[in-house]
Amino acid sequence: MVATEKNRDTYKVIGTRPVRPDGTDKVTGRAAYAADTQMTNLLHAQVLRSPHAHAIIKSIDASKALALPGVKAVITAADLPDTDSDSTQKLLDNVIASNKALYHGHAVAAVAAIDVHIAEDALDLIQVEYEILTPVTDVREAMLSDAPILHPDLRTSLQATNVDTATDIETNIALHLRQERGDVEGAFENSDVIIEREFETSWFHQGYIEPHSATAFWSHDGQITIWNSSQGPFVQRDSIARLLNLTAQDITVIPQEIGGGFGGKISVYLEPIAAVLSKVTAQPVRLTMTREAVFQATGPTSATYNRIKLGAMHDGTIVAAQAYLAFAAGAFPGSPINPGVSCAFGPYYFENQLIDGFDVVTNSPKSAAYRAPGAPASEYAVESTINELAERLEMDPMELRIKNATSEGKPNSAGAPFPRIGAKEVMDAVKNHPHYNSELQGDDVGRGVALGFWHNAGLESGSSATINSDGSVSLSVGSVDIGGTRASLAMQLAETLALTYEQIKPHVADTDSVPFTHVTGGSRTTFAGGWVAYELGIELREKMRQRAADIWDVDIEEVEYTDDAIVKVNSDEEKTFTFSDLAKKMATTGGQISATVSINKTSQGPAYAGHIVDIEVDKDTGKVTILRYTAIQDVGTAIHPSYVEGQIHGGVAQGLGMALTEEYYYDDDGHLVNSSFLDYRMPTALDLPMIDTELVEVPNPGHPYGVRGVGEVPIVPPMPAIQQAITDATGLHIYQMPVSPRVLLEELLESKNLSSNGHGTGEGRL
Amino acid sequence: MAKIVLNTIINGENREFLADERDSLLEALRERLGLMGAKEGCNNGNCGACAVIMDGRLVNSCCVMAAEIEGAELNTIEGLADADSLHPLQEAFLENAALQCGICTPGFLMASKALLDENPDPSEEEIRWWLAGNLCRCTGYDKIIRAVQDSAQRINSSS
Repeated sequence: MVATEKNRDTYKVIGTRPVRPDGTDKVTGRAAYAADTQMTNLLHAQVLRSPHAHAIIKSIDASKALALPGVKAVITAADLPDTDSDSTQKLLDNVIASNKALYHGHAVAAVAAIDVHIAEDALDLIQVEYEILTPVTDVREAMLSDAPILHPDLRTSLQATNVDTATDIETNIALHLRQERGDVEGAFENSDVIIEREFETSWFHQGYIEPHSATAFWSHDGQITIWNSSQGPFVQRDSIARLLNLTAQDITVIPQEIGGGFGGKISVYLEPIAAVLSKVTAQPVRLTMTREAVFQATGPTSATYNRIKLGAMHDGTIVAAQAYLAFAAGAFPGSPINPGVSCAFGPYYFENQLIDGFDVVTNSPKSAAYRAPGAPASEYAVESTINELAERLEMDPMELRIKNATSEGKPNSAGAPFPRIGAKEVMDAVKNHPHYNSELQGDDVGRGVALGFWHNAGLESGSSATINSDGSVSLSVGSVDIGGTRASLAMQLAETLALTYEQIKPHVADTDSVPFTHVTGGSRTTFAGGWVAYELGIELREKMRQRAADIWDVDIEEVEYTDDAIVKVNSDEEKTFTFSDLAKKMATTGGQISATVSINKTSQGPAYAGHIVDIEVDKDTGKVTILRYTAIQDVGTAIHPSYVEGQIHGGVAQGLGMALTEEYYYDDDGHLVNSSFLDYRMPTALDLPMIDTELVEVPNPGHPYGVRGVGEVPIVPPMPAIQQAITDATGLHIYQMPVSPRVLLEELLESKNLSSNGHGTGEGRL
Repeated sequence: MAKIVLNTIINGENREFLADERDSLLEALRERLGLMGAKEGCNNGNCGACAVIMDGRLVNSCCVMAAEIEGAELNTIEGLADADSLHPLQEAFLENAALQCGICTPGFLMASKALLDENPDPSEEEIRWWLAGNLCRCTGYDKIIRAVQDSAQRINSSS
């Protein structure tokens, strides 16, 4: 089926703002989340976690815990299946450590008991003997030849040519990746201006308010049922099957409402543990993480070190660009270095560019996907360097960007041509925005601007739809609904069937009920799920026409399905059904009409965002106050504009957390010392202003309704926009994120000391 | 583990129930009474997802021991709507798209109710100040603040 771009003026449902179908349950406390799961004979589980960042587990003695009344089972890695696959073993080892604890909070044993407090008590009775090893948590230290080695069997994998990275020695570098085009070295030699800067970003956690939770029941017949908080029930089903050495058909995952994910609820952590505890006890087992465990042991995104070098001509043409990106993967390989590399120069076309990326293991939790994984760190470095280049060239930063903007047909970093994209439209919208052109007033205030790029994802989706006898349509989708996708998918089906939004009844299905559907992530659900809804609508229209043709005994070609959902024969006024009339007749004319569709699309539309921020710096405390924020984004087509705005608001808030207050503090022994919401400081309502949005709509030609996907790219621009605003307000260039009050105050004091003509030491440390 | 008998009024009804002496109010609500609307986000008072109103005062139920509620009057999210209609706050949250994943929503609604009970016409700054004890990771708070403003208007114009 060829995607057609309908004129958006003709849309009746798309672009409206109906109340979401699951809304009432969520404002009345009735919505069932994973930790709310109750059932007969339920046991409560807890996990014992390593107090050390790097240690050999010499022995585990659970006898005292097992002797505690009410304790039903204790398991360790020895209770999970063996595997010959190195990659499966690493996943198993992350779920529960086998011979080495690789980060503070790494699971080492688990308990099931009749009461949660008994399970807590039992943890204290499990005796683990450790041999403590030296940890390494910093990405550059982990790359040194004398660094502590996490995995003695690890060797560097190369996706690069003409590099001298060794591949035959013990190392923490899991991957060296290179993308290049043109002659970078030659282009630098011919540049009028060269600028090179280094940047660091901390670990940032997704910070979903709902801790991970899973309830498992392993029946005597061998069937396992999981009720959990998951962004990808099908992906997790397959992953659990692999880890437990079973087939996917042995497992049903029933996703509950999910209390936020942002990429962090794709990996499995608790499910295999709860399942094995259930097998041992033959009872259902519920296991919910503590907040401390969420910070210690689930994936933040990578801490990074990035070096950017740009060569430009006096007129602003950037002729050479080079990036060196080192991402900490945490305890097992798998940082988002690939998208970090491919997004780094995403908004631009440079004739000569070279990007090296490194995936490096460290004694910290295995990094997980987090909203536009990898892009915020690499683009922060690039955008900040571009802002500084604009300063050097005395050019308007948006002029410089527009001069170097990429566009349709230009190659992306891997060499494939971009489809129709909204890069220039977004840049123009930023440059012309009243905020950008307003005068900034006050002392110690500053303005910053930055762009963001993200690929978005397509992948597999599947759904079923059934026409009911009352003319409503039940829609069963495979995507869990984190931010309003029941609504956005139902709206696209309603649009295709020319029905009202209220006639569609969406439902999130389990893994036995609809075709394989990839994760709710990658900004893909409204794109791919919407495409499925469109194809379902087309198929249902055809089936309704055929049914009417059968009833009237005419050829289907004579039957029309109108834009008002009337099924009729044009030449015969008697032959007319409303959708509801025909639906009523289904039972006696051949049965209910339904359809099932599954797709795998790769025509997702890349997303661009441009943000403008005004700040005020308190020079006595280093605190930054956001005065005004504007987020402009090419959203393709906004299906439900309120939820599109909501995605942008949320992305901005998370990006501002990265820029100003969020970070992981590790002590010298590798202990994470701020694993609470009080100390891992996410933005509160008091930290943010209203966030203005401007939706640019450049429809994606690779989607029937022009959808691009909107959720991820808005997290990209805040860090560099804030960096520039701080420079504008203070004159300081700061090359690390977050610029917390501590960091900014130190820099302010240092610059004051340096400029106060000998009164200070030049150190300015508190 | 010792059990204790507790008597309270929850959402207007007398309740007598057995709790573990170590239970927090949140655990007692969820595990002993089956009132799952209050959510656990942090279990140390940082996130506000478990907020309920106790004797007219907004509390994080994870930071109250169950034993402390003997004789107290509690209002939880389960009692916010009438049998025949939602509370104006609930309607405003729905119509302003003030929730995404929804896990923080019960806490925000109870905190907002406590605010409007005390201050029926709060400024944006006052709303932000009051709700700073409730974390939301999805919305950036923008639509939540607008929903509370909208709700205050609805309540004030109908009274």
